[in-house]
Amino acid sequence: MRATERIIVTGSVQGVGFRPFVWRKAHLLALAGEVRNRGDHVEVLATGTEAQRNSLIEALRQGPPHARVETVTRTPDKRIFTGAFTIATSEAGALHSGIVPDLALCPACRADINTPGSRRWRYALTCCTDCGPRFSIVTDFPYDRANTTMAPFTLCAACRAEYENPADRRFHAEPVACPACGPRLYYTGPAQPEEDPLDSATHLLKQGGILAIKGTGGYHLACLATDTAAIATLRARKHRPTKPLAVMVANTDAASAFAAPSAAELLLLQDASAPIVTVRATSALPEGLAPGLDRIGLMLAYTPLHALLLAQVGQPLVMTSGNRSGAPQAIDDETALHDLAGIADGWLYHDRRIARRLDDSVRAVVAGQATTLRHGRGLAPRRLPLPAGFASLPPVLAMGGDLKAAFCLMQDGQALLSHHLGDLHAEGVENTARQALADYRSLFGLTPAFIAVDAHPDYVSHRLGATLSQQRALPLHPIWHHHAHIAACMAEHGLGPDTPPVIGLALDGTGLGPDGTAWGCEALVCDYRTAHHAGRLAHVPLPGGDRAAREPWRMLLAHLDTALGPDATTRAVAQGLLPALHNRPLHALRAMIRTGLNAPPCSSAGRLFDAMAALLDIAPERLSHEGEAAMRLETLARQNTHMRPDSLLPDMRFALARTPDGLWELNPAPLWKAALTAKERGIAASTIAAGFHAALAEGLADLVVKLLPEPADTQEPLSALPGFTRAALRTVVLGGGVMANDVLVSALVTRLEAMSLRVLRPAFAPPGDGGLALGQAVVTAARARMETI
Amino acid sequence: MAHGGGGTAMRALIDTLFLEAFSATPHAPQEDQARLPLEALAAGGDRLAFTTDSFVVEPLEFPGGNIGTLAVCGTVNDLAVGGARPVALSAAFILAEGLELACLRRIVASMAECAREAGVRIVTGDTKVVPKGACDGLYVTTSGVGIIPAGCNISIAAAQPGDVVLVNGTLGDHGAAILCARGDLALDVAIASDCAPLGGLVETLLAAAPGTRSLRDATRGGVAGVLSELAEASAVSLTLDETALPVRPEVVGVCDILGLEPLFLANEGKLVAVVPQTEAETALAALRAHPLGRQAAAIGTVGEAGPYGPSVVLRNAFGGRRTVTMPSGEQLPRIC
Ligand SMILES: [Fe+3]
Ligand SMILES: [Mg+2]
Ligand SMILES: [Zn+2]
Ligand SMILES: [Zn+2]
Repeated sequence: MRATERIIVTGSVQGVGFRPFVWRKAHLLALAGEVRNRGDHVEVLATGTEAQRNSLIEALRQGPPHARVETVTRTPDKRIFTGAFTIATSEAGALHSGIVPDLALCPACRADINTPGSRRWRYALTCCTDCGPRFSIVTDFPYDRANTTMAPFTLCAACRAEYENPADRRFHAEPVACPACGPRLYYTGPAQPEEDPLDSATHLLKQGGILAIKGTGGYHLACLATDTAAIATLRARKHRPTKPLAVMVANTDAASAFAAPSAAELLLLQDASAPIVTVRATSALPEGLAPGLDRIGLMLAYTPLHALLLAQVGQPLVMTSGNRSGAPQAIDDETALHDLAGIADGWLYHDRRIARRLDDSVRAVVAGQATTLRHGRGLAPRRLPLPAGFASLPPVLAMGGDLKAAFCLMQDGQALLSHHLGDLHAEGVENTARQALADYRSLFGLTPAFIAVDAHPDYVSHRLGATLSQQRALPLHPIWHHHAHIAACMAEHGLGPDTPPVIGLALDGTGLGPDGTAWGCEALVCDYRTAHHAGRLAHVPLPGGDRAAREPWRMLLAHLDTALGPDATTRAVAQGLLPALHNRPLHALRAMIRTGLNAPPCSSAGRLFDAMAALLDIAPERLSHEGEAAMRLETLARQNTHMRPDSLLPDMRFALARTPDGLWELNPAPLWKAALTAKERGIAASTIAAGFHAALAEGLADLVVKLLPEPADTQEPLSALPGFTRAALRTVVLGGGVMANDVLVSALVTRLEAMSLRVLRPAFAPPGDGGLALGQAVVTAARARMETI
Repeated sequence: MAHGGGGTAMRALIDTLFLEAFSATPHAPQEDQARLPLEALAAGGDRLAFTTDSFVVEPLEFPGGNIGTLAVCGTVNDLAVGGARPVALSAAFILAEGLELACLRRIVASMAECAREAGVRIVTGDTKVVPKGACDGLYVTTSGVGIIPAGCNISIAAAQPGDVVLVNGTLGDHGAAILCARGDLALDVAIASDCAPLGGLVETLLAAAPGTRSLRDATRGGVAGVLSELAEASAVSLTLDETALPVRPEVVGVCDILGLEPLFLANEGKLVAVVPQTEAETALAALRAHPLGRQAAAIGTVGEAGPYGPSVVLRNAFGGRRTVTMPSGEQLPRIC
């Protein structure tokens, strides 16, 4: 019996060749009907036998390679279609645009550019439905060529034929182009002996020059990764002394020349998002790329331009963001030519405009799990389907944090986390953020009912949110920093709005806590609505406020004085045990600590790592980038050759005690005593570093044990969370930037899972402040519902 | 020192102390109010400027000044930056039992001296003595009146794109001096407060640059605080050149240790002036010719407000820029 069905497919189904995919399947199955984009979904009308329609449904549930199908719903339809199956024009109007992330170069297009005689041989701006720019070129909704920065390029007859042929892999690939009709490559530089821009750029790089290259989401600065002098020049010109530089390689084989990616890391490298993946470097790592670290950020050539250039150069390239110190990455040619004039020797670019800045995404395998560290090009804008129950909650706009700004739109049971916007205090980033906000709102059509912000009143993001809430008369919800960290992770692991409470461990630098102190190593017993402070690292002063986050020796003094007392610390300095404290204004710092002048109490995990790095003499006097000391400490820990640092350093542990106000407090005093003694005895710094990581994991696990129900008290109600008993506490949720530390997280997860606890870790959203907005959004939505009941 | 109406002898002693220091004509009849002839006032301009401020500082005496000079300068400067010529001040004192009489004498004497220097008279006042512990040694409240010349329309809301931002000298001296003077920081540096009355300097400036748009004394919140208000009130964006900010090396040193920024530290003898570009050079020269402006500098420029409103941006030596934002209260750590 021939009948017609109306089939609705939702998810990431646009800009990924979904309609031609449907067309091909329908033709294969000899179905009649049509397919069209309907704003947030794809609509298929198919006339055929039940068996034919079922086969189509089967295929639709899969979708083409880069689609992510969420739901397929079918309803009968009265119309009967005859003749060939067709692709109808797309329509605007609905919410959600289904705009997808940028995709890395596909094998078929790679073959095209490498095949002499092909129309697109050596063409740097080719793409198809399986690859190419998407979000980076979208200017308006819906996703059609006219609403991209490809609009000015009129298709030639050959390209148009491909674009209109449903059987072609370029069917409705909006940015389709060829050398005859598409964007062209240009080179600007001092001497231009070569005719071809690619050849000129290759020449420059091979001579040790620095090249500015226009990529998918912005300009990069490139130089030979094997040329120590070029790297030094790049670092000097960019005022970037030690921050690790990412390296781009032509393929995974080239990567193995100086790095040893694991199988999981290889998969990440080859993901369509083509992120920077931090992998283990081998001893062959060229000097100057990642000083003091045993990991290197690698990515594969992800555009045809990169592939062609790397093939010609024949060597890996440093690929760092193209910006002046303190400024965000340049995306337009004029800015790049002007701003990078003192840094680059030559410019390789093209006339396809970048619609928005998208930094390279950064991902890593942390304790065996793929983890997003920076949510940028290739990942944004992905929608995270939220667990059942969120769909009925009011829409929320969450403003995120400041240093790794990203906001989050939450509506209809989905969360859309924006791409990484950068540091809101840096030049122009606040304006970029406002622009992005306007962009997302028009592209994805959110009308929030609530605005969520970090509770810190001096966050730029807080002020932006407060202004918005005033302008639009929307309620403002300030969310505590560490609750947001935990809630973000809960949401991405499918915990519904009525989830029983979990134990959250949030470890980061600092975030404002409800008690007015700087939090940073906290145990919470929380659900989405309420967070009960259950444990923390013991307070130490933060002498100099944010200055202490840049100068690890300050934290070493604060920790040692707190743990051992000033006299013991002074003795250790006199014995030459603490070079980090030599010739430092210790008197003044101690006076600050004594009088409380700009020395607020903190329970920061990040600053604890800084202090330990300073003790072990691997922290510079002043850090040149965030996480520098902690990453060196992690590197050092991995170099430990002793299987069991805890057997060598049995006293290296935290004390755990209950404070008068009922908090379980990890006190590092014994740890500092043991570490100093070990250093005095000449035990290897790597062993002490490993012992520190082990001790922290141990201490956190012990803290969790204190919060778990005893068999006797499982029915004891949780006073902080009415309606729940302690029996509910079987899930531990991790959050905060420290959760990117593989050594710590591996040890912690092992310990927790050995207790049969369920451990949830950030994967979709970054564990650090880049993921805050997601947490703020779900907390606010859950609370908003509570208010309306 | 005994408080209240109790010790009549002490009461008389204090009254005499103030009278002798502040009275232009000793032994003149004491009325309940100062009387200022209107005619003389009217001759100086067409508007009366009137301001008041209370002063609390620890320690009471510090290098470069004390609570008394602070009170005189603070009020005189609040008048001066409105373009007003200060005429008369009132001074009210709350003294705690136990305050050393010698200390009070020194403070009162230097107040009188400072007022003379500022060309203003302290014409009325009051004292109260409270029990020890009810107040921290000594609090002073000063009010002042001044005359604004006709046609003078200096305003925080008057800055325009293209204008130049000037300061009359080094930033943060007062704030750093107070921090060091507390002694408990064990900082072995000698920094004197910049406490000074700016009336004369303002007159000099206005004579050289009659088009001066805005003036503000940069007290609590520092120069950054003034600039934030200025940008907001004038609906403009300000770009500061970090390398052009005049700061004493000792102050840089103290700030480095404490994790503070000179731009946010208090001053008591510094003003921010916004002048039209055409008058910037003469204004700067005039400031530098004055004893209180030898280290005057052009620190930035006024531009159109961005698409999202006013801002203050600091440009560093490498060309990097960051936004300057004022903390809402006590500065809390922000780095995660
Ligand atoms: Fe954080
Ligand atoms: Mg005042
Ligand atoms: Zn392709
Ligand atoms: Zn073409």
